[in-house]
Parts: sequence; structure tokens; C-alpha cells
Amino acid sequence: MEMILLLGSPLAGAALLALYGHRDRAAELNALFSGLTFLGAVALTVRVVERGPMRVLGQQFFVDSLNMFLVTLTAFVGMTTALFSRPYMRIERDHGRVSAAGLRLYHSMYQLFSFTMLLVLTTNNLGIMWVAMEAATLTTVLLVALYRTHASLEAAWKYFILCGVGIAQALFGTILVYFAAEKVLGPGVNSLLWTHLDAVKGSLQPTVMSIAFVFLLVGYGTKVGLVPLHNWLPDAHAEGPTPVSAVLSGLLLNVALYALIRCKVITDGSLHEAGAVPFASSLMIGFGLLSVVVAAFFLSRQRDIKRMFAYSSIEHMGLITFAFGIGGPVASFAGLLHMTVHSLTKSAIFFAVGHATQKTGTQLMENIRGLIRVSPTVAWGLMLGTAAILGMPPFGVFASEFLILTQTIALHPWAAPILLGALGVAFAAIFGKVQPMVFGDTTARRLPHPPALLPVFTHLAIVLLLGLYMPPYLAEWYRQAARLIG
Amino acid sequence: MLSHYGPQLINLLAAILLLLAFAMLAQRRMLSLINLFAAQGFVLFLTTTLVATLTGQHHLYWSALLTLGLKVLLLPWILHRLIRRLKVKWDVETLINIPTTMLVGIVLVVLAFNLALPITELAGTVTRSTLGIALASVLLSFLMMITRSKAIPQVIGFLSMENGLFFAATGAVYGMPMVVELGVGLDVLVGALILGIFIFEIRERFDSLDTRHLEKLKEH
Amino acid sequence: MINPAGIAAQFAELMLAVLLAPLLTGWVNQCRAWLQNKSGPDLLQPYRTLSKLFQKEVVLARNASPLFRIAPYLIFGSLALAAAIVPTLDTDLPLNAAADAIALVGLLALARLFVALAGMDVGTAFGSLGARREMMVGFLAEPALLMVLFTASLISSSTSLATIVQTLAHKEFVIYPSMAFAGVAFTMVSLAENARIPVDNPATHLELTMIHEAMVLEYSGRHLAMIEWAASLKLFVYSCMGLAVFFPWGIAHGGDWLGIVFALPTLLIKLALGGAALALIETLSAKMRIFRAPEFLGTAFLFAVLAMLVHVLLET
Repeated sequence: MEMILLLGSPLAGAALLALYGHRDRAAELNALFSGLTFLGAVALTVRVVERGPMRVLGQQFFVDSLNMFLVTLTAFVGMTTALFSRPYMRIERDHGRVSAAGLRLYHSMYQLFSFTMLLVLTTNNLGIMWVAMEAATLTTVLLVALYRTHASLEAAWKYFILCGVGIAQALFGTILVYFAAEKVLGPGVNSLLWTHLDAVKGSLQPTVMSIAFVFLLVGYGTKVGLVPLHNWLPDAHAEGPTPVSAVLSGLLLNVALYALIRCKVITDGSLHEAGAVPFASSLMIGFGLLSVVVAAFFLSRQRDIKRMFAYSSIEHMGLITFAFGIGGPVASFAGLLHMTVHSLTKSAIFFAVGHATQKTGTQLMENIRGLIRVSPTVAWGLMLGTAAILGMPPFGVFASEFLILTQTIALHPWAAPILLGALGVAFAAIFGKVQPMVFGDTTARRLPHPPALLPVFTHLAIVLLLGLYMPPYLAEWYRQAARLIG
Repeated sequence: MLSHYGPQLINLLAAILLLLAFAMLAQRRMLSLINLFAAQGFVLFLTTTLVATLTGQHHLYWSALLTLGLKVLLLPWILHRLIRRLKVKWDVETLINIPTTMLVGIVLVVLAFNLALPITELAGTVTRSTLGIALASVLLSFLMMITRSKAIPQVIGFLSMENGLFFAATGAVYGMPMVVELGVGLDVLVGALILGIFIFEIRERFDSLDTRHLEKLKEH
Repeated sequence: MINPAGIAAQFAELMLAVLLAPLLTGWVNQCRAWLQNKSGPDLLQPYRTLSKLFQKEVVLARNASPLFRIAPYLIFGSLALAAAIVPTLDTDLPLNAAADAIALVGLLALARLFVALAGMDVGTAFGSLGARREMMVGFLAEPALLMVLFTASLISSSTSLATIVQTLAHKEFVIYPSMAFAGVAFTMVSLAENARIPVDNPATHLELTMIHEAMVLEYSGRHLAMIEWAASLKLFVYSCMGLAVFFPWGIAHGGDWLGIVFALPTLLIKLALGGAALALIETLSAKMRIFRAPEFLGTAFLFAVLAMLVHVLLET
């Protein structure tokens, strides 16, 4: 029942907004549907907390501790972004950067995108997971190209081609998983259901599973933004509308990583049984570390503010992948926590950045100065968000990074100096660039509509809360999920 | 008789598929490229029908019909209309010359066969040897995508990669469950439509379909 | 086997090849003219050309070396030997021990070497031009031919031509995609090697388009006769090679007289059909520009490699 509300409201919203998305009240309608989705998520959470992991609608959907908090997070950030997008898109329309038809497309695709993400998170069927992932790519491609400028078309084209190719590899990986599962579970839909696969993962053929995992890592890893498959990410973030950048960074990367983790659990089970080396973990450690280092160094060269924060997303996703690669209860716990706080913080940053760029009319950092004089709230939002994402205590990011680093020193000491170095470089780069943007003489001007700042501070407050005090049920939830990941 | 000649026919069709992938790689003209893509879809249709008859898996008949409708009829028709409306030149421009491309293609085929060998030994289907060929045609389509500088051959490369994956699914596991196949088909169709829209937009903004214009976004 | 029947069969094969080769060339020309709605030269015209050339005087350039005079005989000799070891009528011949696929390619390469050297010998521009182009064609065609023969050898587990023919003739009817690919590759290679359209025009004498003709421009009299005969013989050898590998039915096994007597008309029919097919291909294609020849041969090589890969993957 809750599942129908959860999945049905974005779908209904997409249909409705495709027709009425350009009217005056469209943005409110958008936020309303996102709010309904969030309600569905909360209701489902309550049900899961009562009953434990459950399969819904005849085995086709499955919610457990791992995806439940992601579903709630997705719905929540979706709702706050919809609230943010209301004044933001209104200002964009007044500036003439988007037309009425564009707004219709934007609103309906936004809802459709929420639907596909939630489908990826809740489905039990690996094949449907792939289909929904590809559908999410398609909707965001249209969203990135919204402004129809040279640069946005280029970004969208690159995004489509690179992610399309990547996801085709993931399809091949899925076919191989089905191939291995068919031997044990027989042909038919059952061999693609994750719950069934999880039950028999010890008896899956290890050679096939390791080859399948490589393809799945390349495929879904492209969508996570792992280096060297990350080329689409900075362009897509920089050229699309800011709400789209926020959901891309905050939600889509998480969802892709979730898909990867599900596959990793099965691969680990199959390899473990055969006594083979932890192949999947080593791959994830390698790619994760590479992403952190490369992103940190590219960060310092950026001049566009959204590109810089896009590289920051790559860095953090690399860190999370690294954490899941290390494995073990603490590292997995830290990874899950980091997924949450990164999602909240990065979307908050993008909200603030969005309004900052609107005020100054440019995305180049050297032309944005002295925000604090014109709009203290935007400036403080940006400052605090940056502090949070850089891992300063007492924000939640500090807690998760600390846990990851201690686990690294304990289990893989050679990686610790590399990580610390990269994090340090990123800290210096971002802080050095954000500080003059916030303080100093201003180049900003007033906006025609008041900016939306409630979402920014709500997110930052949650992150602060998670840094200072973790509610016990949340901690227990994370621990359960960490145990699942192994 | 069919049970004796069936596997050989499937092998023959697989070999023809590989040949078509190479032919697409060596093509100079845009129209023939689209026709080769349609031919590839037709070979896929024949293979799926043959496997369905040989193994008695009836859902494959529906899958074959879907392939016929989508990849042999609908998508080539969309592409032909696109070309006519865009009034593009008939030449395909390549980034590296064709003999070199072919040599790289051969290397990729050897790679794909090597990769597929352990899986082939484990398969129990009658069509297991086709997995290597499917992977090879996926890699060849990928090569075609990255060595072409115009937008439409890149799109065709993308679609033929999808063909290769479908062939892999049919060959190794007698086709994925129907719901997944429908989903994949839908994705492909929507993807092709979006690409079509994009090609128009690119043509409008850049007055050319050369994707080398689309490399301006760089690190600052 | 070294027995009288075997030796007689070997001799008969050799004589057959040497005597029938011009007839094959004449037949191809006839077919081509017929396809183009022209009335072509008589079927026996090549014989008349050869006898005319034998009666003419040899004119040598002053700086022609001994190689120039010996080359025609060497070329003819190696091609005749090649014709002797390709199983046309019988697979059980005294020269079987030497009838290896790789040796065959080596003999053909030997012929090509001498023709190129002779072309360069006198030092004219046309000669060197032709020699260069011939070597370029050969450089690409030889690996392709070797690959085709390797595919056939993989199927029959031996490189001996006799074994290949015997195995392929006795296999039950199986659809071999690798042989299909190999067949296409072989056709392309033989078109290139025999100086046929679309690689080279055997009737042209224009600088832009010559390969084979350029090398033999300086020859006259009986030397030219030997070289023309050798060219026909080369076409004969390639045709018989193709027929032996791809259509091996009808060739006798073991030295029984009845088999050989039956093999002869079969061979003639197959050659006639092959010649007509060649004429058809020539009529339907246009000659390619020289710089596209490597692409053409590269494609042939590609087909041959594909044939081998497909065989390894699909048929083992």
C-alpha cells in the first residue's frame, strides 16, 4: 500500500505535469507530489521498522535496512529540492533562460526521475534495476540539456554516450549473473530476484561471477562517477539547472552505488565459498582510491564553481566506494553514514551555489565575490556547507571520514597517507576558492524573487545533528545494513 | 533434421552477425550503414526464432517479434527519416583510416573470444559458443562509436551494441525474462528517440553534425 | 605411392595443367565477352598467341643481365611444379611428401620474386613501378592465403594438401561458416594475385593502372611466351587450389584408374564453372584505384583471420 503511494505519486506527477507544467502553480504541484512521495517513504519506513525486511507486491519489490534509509533519503532530498526549485526556476524563467515548454519538460522529467530512482532502490529484480537505471539516465539527459545552449547540448550528448556505453556493460554483467543463477535456480524470473540470489550466492559459479562483477563495476561505476569513467560528471553538473545538479550529486550517484553494492554482496558470497581472493573488494578499493586522488588534483584547477563541486562529488563517492571495498562492520557503517551526509550536504551546497550564481549572473568563481554583503543567508549557507563537506567537526562528514580513516590505518595502512594527502589537497583547494567568494567586495545583485533557503539550512542542520548525536535507531539501522554488506 | 542442423545454422548466423559488425565498421556510406543495422536486426530475429524452435521456449517467439518490430522496422525507419530531414552528406568520416580500424577490430575480436572462453565452457545451452561472438560484436560497435566523428554513426554504433547484448542474452541464457526484455526494448526506443531529438538540436546550434564541435568543454 | 600408375598420374596431371591453362584463360575471356554482349576471341586464341610468340625473335636490352634471360624459365618452372603438387585428379601422388600447403605458397612466392626482379632488371621506370606494386599486393595477399590454408589445415589437422582434400571430401555435410569466410577471402586473394579486375586489368597498358603488365613490358619472343603461359598457369593453379579446398568432391583417392578417369570430366566441369564465375565477377566490378588495393587485400586478410577465429570458437 505504502509502496503504491511511494511509486505512484511521482508517476502521477509526471503525467500531470507533462500537461500543466508551465502554469503558474506548476512548481507548487511539483513540490506537492514530491511531498506525497516523501509521505509514502515515511509510511513504508514505519512499516519496515515494525516488521523487518519485507517483500512487497509478490516478491517484485524488496525493502530492507540497506535500501530503506536510501529510499527515505531520496524522497526527502527530492522534496527539499522541489521546494528549492520553485523560486529558482521562477528566477530562471524571468531571466529568460528557460521557456514555457522547457518548464513543462523540466517538471515532468523531475517527477519521472524520482520514480525511476525509487524503482531502482526498491525493486527486487536485477533486470528491472538495470532498466530503471537506464531510464534514470534518459530522464536526466533531457534535464541536463534543458537550457539548449552549446555547452549544455555538448554536456548532455557526452553524458548520454558515455553513460549509455557504460550501462550496456552493466547489462552484459547482469546477463552473466542471470547465466550463473540459472544453473542453480533454473530459468525464469526467479533467477533475477536479489533475495533468491542472496540465498544461494554460495553456490554460484565464481569465475562467471567475477567476470560479471567486472562488467557491473565498469557499468554502474560509470554512473557513480569513478575515475576513469567520470568524464560526463563535471559537464553534466555544470551545464544543467542547479536543482538537477543537486539531485545528480545527491541522489543518482548514491543510487548507482547502491546497485553496485547489491551486486558486490552476491559476488562476495560466491567468491567466499570458493575460497578465492576478495576480488570485488580489491577492485573497489582500487577504483575508489584512484577517484579520490584524481578528483582532488583536478579540483584545484577548476574555475567554474559547479564543476569544482562536481569533482568534490567524485572524490566523496570514491571515498565511499573505498570504504565499502575495505569492508567490515565499521567501514560499511561509515560508508552508509557518508552516503547520507554527503547527499544532504552536497545538495545544500548546490542550493546555495544556485542562488549565488543567479545573483552574480556567472558560474566562474573569480567573478563571484562578497556574497555576504548582499545576501548573508546565501553566503552563510555556502560557507557552512563548504565547511561541512570538507570534513570539519562537528558536522557528520567529519564523523564518517574519521571512521573510514581509522579503518584504513588498521586494515590497509599503505592507503592512509594517500587518502590524507588527497583530502588535504581538496580541503586547501575548495576552501581557498570559497573564502573570497563569500567575503570581500561584492559583485552580486538582488534577485527578483526571494531565494529558497529553508532547504539549505534544514539539510545542514540534519548533518550537524548526525555529527553530534546519532539517534540509536538510526545507528542500529546502519549496523544492520552494514552486517548485510559484510 | 532440424535438431541436427539447428546448432550449425545458429553458428552460421552468429558468424554472419560478426561479419555484419565488421561490415558496419568498414562502411563509407551512411545509407548502407542503416541497412546493415537493419540486416543485423533481421539476423537476430532469425536466431531467436531458431532457438525458440529448437528449445521449445515459447516466450522467445514474442521476443523475436519484438526484435523484428523494433530493430528491423521501427528504428531503421526513424533513422532513415532523420537522415532525409537532415539532408546529411552520405559520407561517414572516420578518425583513423579503415584498414587500421579493421586491424584494431581483429584484436578486439581475439580479446572477446578469450574473455568468453571460460564462460563458454560452463554453459549448457546449445548456443553457448555464440557468447564470444556477441561480446566481440559489442566491442566492435564500441570501436565504431569512438572512431566516428559524425553523430549518426555514433548513434548506430550505440544501437548495434544493444543488438550484440541481446544476442548474448539469447545465446547464453535463452533470453532474459520477458519483463526485462520489454523494459530493455522500451529503453532502447526511448533512447533512440532522444538521440534523434538531440541530433536536431545539435544541427540547429552548430550547423553541423560533426561531434568534434562537441569537445569545447574542457578543464579550465 | 611410387608405382607406375602413380607416376603416370603425376605426369598426366602436370601435362594437363600445362596444356589446359591457356584454354582456361581463353574460356574466361570468352565468357567475359559473352557477358558483355560482345563477340570475343576464339576459345583457342591463347594457343595461337603463344605459338606466334615462340616464332618471333627475342629482342634484349643491351644492359639486360643473365637473370633477365633465365627468369621466364624459372617462373614457368616454379609454377609448373606448383601445378604438379596441387591435387587436381588424384590425391595419392609420388610428390605427396612435398605437397605441403606452405610449400605451395612458397613456390608461388618464388615465381612472384623472379617476375619482380626481372621487371627491375632492365632499369626502366615501368618495370620498377610494376615490381613495387606487385610486391605491395604480394605482401598483403600472401598472409591472407596462408590464413585460408591454415583454416583448412585446422579442420583436417594437417598441412599436407592431400590430407586436406581427403578429409574435406569425406566429411559429412556440415555447414562450416569458417569455410564460407575462407572462401570469400580466397576469392579476393586470387583476384589480386592473378591481376584481375578489381585489382588489376589484364588488358590495360596505362601507367596508372598496370601491375603485372608493367613488369613484363620489356619481354619479347619466346620469353614473353613463357611468361604469358606462366600467367595462365598461375590462374590454373589458383583455380585448382580453390576447387581442391572448397569443392573437393570428385577427386580420386588412391591410384585407381577408374577414379582418375572419372575425376577428369569432373575437373573440367568445375573449371568451366569457376571460369564463368570469374568472368561474372570481373564484369560486375570496376577496377579500384591503386591506393585502395591495400584496403581490398586488408579486407581479404580480415576475412581469413575471421575464418580462423570462427573456426576456433564455434567449431571445436
